[in-house]
Amino acid sequence: MPMLRDLVRKVAAKNAGPFQVTLDIFCGSDEAYARVAPALKDKEIARLFGLEPQLLRRFDIPDLNVVKFSMPRSVVQGSRFDRDMHGAQFATLLEEIDI
Amino acid sequence: MTTTVLVPSGVLGLGFSQEALNLGIARGCDVIAIDGGSTDSGPHSLGTGVSKYSRAVCKAEWRALMQARAQLGVPLIIGTAGTSGTDSTVDWMYDITCELAEELGQSLRIARLYSGQSAEFVISKLASGQISPLSPAPELDADSLRDMSNIVALAGAEQIQAALETGADIIIAGRTTDTAIIAALPLSRGEHPGACWHGAKIAECGALCSTHPGSGVIRVTFDKTGFEVEPMAPAAACTPHSVSAHMLYENSDPFRLYEPGGHLDVSHARYSALDARRVRVEGSEWIPGPYTVKLEGARLAGYQTMLLALLREAHYVAHAQDWADKLVSVLSERVVAQIGLAPADFTIEMRLIGVNATMGPLENRNSQPAEVGAMCLITAESQDMADEIGRLANPFLLHMPLTEDEPLPTFAFPFSPAQTSRGAIYEFALNHVMALTTPLEAFRLEISEVGAHAHVT
Repeated sequence: MPMLRDLVRKVAAKNAGPFQVTLDIFCGSDEAYARVAPALKDKEIARLFGLEPQLLRRFDIPDLNVVKFSMPRSVVQGSRFDRDMHGAQFATLLEEIDI
Repeated sequence: MTTTVLVPSGVLGLGFSQEALNLGIARGCDVIAIDGGSTDSGPHSLGTGVSKYSRAVCKAEWRALMQARAQLGVPLIIGTAGTSGTDSTVDWMYDITCELAEELGQSLRIARLYSGQSAEFVISKLASGQISPLSPAPELDADSLRDMSNIVALAGAEQIQAALETGADIIIAGRTTDTAIIAALPLSRGEHPGACWHGAKIAECGALCSTHPGSGVIRVTFDKTGFEVEPMAPAAACTPHSVSAHMLYENSDPFRLYEPGGHLDVSHARYSALDARRVRVEGSEWIPGPYTVKLEGARLAGYQTMLLALLREAHYVAHAQDWADKLVSVLSERVVAQIGLAPADFTIEMRLIGVNATMGPLENRNSQPAEVGAMCLITAESQDMADEIGRLANPFLLHMPLTEDEPLPTFAFPFSPAQTSRGAIYEFALNHVMALTTPLEAFRLEISEVGAHAHVT
């Protein structure tokens, strides 16, 4: 089974302020978007990030061939137990899921 | 009438192409606007009121922008000066500006916009029900507000417009929204409000909305129905995709952006290529709302000491997590028994570099690395106490075996002393908005004349 990163142009993550993180899947083509968007299950994404599914926000943006997920950070940016100040490495968890 | 804003880069201190800036100067503009910071790098700058950027680098870049301003005769604005936009980092930027004014022989009117909030003012707002939490928000009461070392409010376009109306050549603003410094002038000149905020969001990171993010300089022109965006570096291009995709960046909702006094809605925005490197956008909407400003605050969260041991022996690499768990348990017991601290007064954390230091419990891969970096993070209520716990931890981190019946290992310590005092750590303590009666209620403007004509009345 291919990983998400094998099918899309780029997966990016970044803080959206200190309390939220946002992940963008740039599919790169209509074909990749058509394959990837329906295969991304909200429950699985929430489980990947140890999150209650109702806290996950999802935006399907066919004009850009992008699927976007936003979620509260489980640890506030820069607090004692934070491991990733900019939140960018969260993208790796997502890009390695099997599609 | 149109209004053109030149944005030299996403933040002062990150660099821009001088060639691209020169091309921007040659094309002309009505204002130069650049951001000076954000919360990106964590709570330390806000907590301490100190810039994270090099003073020398900021001064060199600011020199080029002050020269550009003088050449064009237009205002120059920096928002969120000195990384966090506290009153002390505004003063830091003002000192740099005064030095440069003298070195360059410029006579300037400088407006400083202060965004710092006293705890007592915010407490009075809290008591009168004018503070609302965003989601998720830390608990808030008068005591927690008094504990914060700095509180800032994010200024919007109105406060920047007030500074522009003083006739200032340079505006050094404390914390502002990233967009306000760009949107302020076109809004006051009556350009399309949805376009003003949308174009400001697109340009706020400089050339990040183009195909060559590192080239820095972006030019945005606003008019009565939309805006046009163009990168100044000849190799860079803005495309409908690169521009529209920028609404995703650091934004939890790609269609809405909340600002003081309303929000931007780009659901119906239309992006069209004017040519291979310029994009025009129309259809963005500004929806007026209550006048609220976002608050940011940071408070001291203890003092930290760090030790690093390197595990290369295959047996310990294979069982690094068990070893680390045992170490935390042994050390915690010893701190309570021998130093006499209560468990709530300290934390000891092991992060295994090569295993799961980045993801922690979310890590789902378990390939065997050649070696593991065992980072031991100790946090306590004073630096002396964190260091003392570090000294207690040192021999265990160096020699603790997995089981009692095996020879004592000796891991690699890369440093002497083994421990590094990290100093005070801070945490973000506010994710709230504050309602204002007038935009300037929570902000202060100070105007000064510097350079040659300052001595002439």
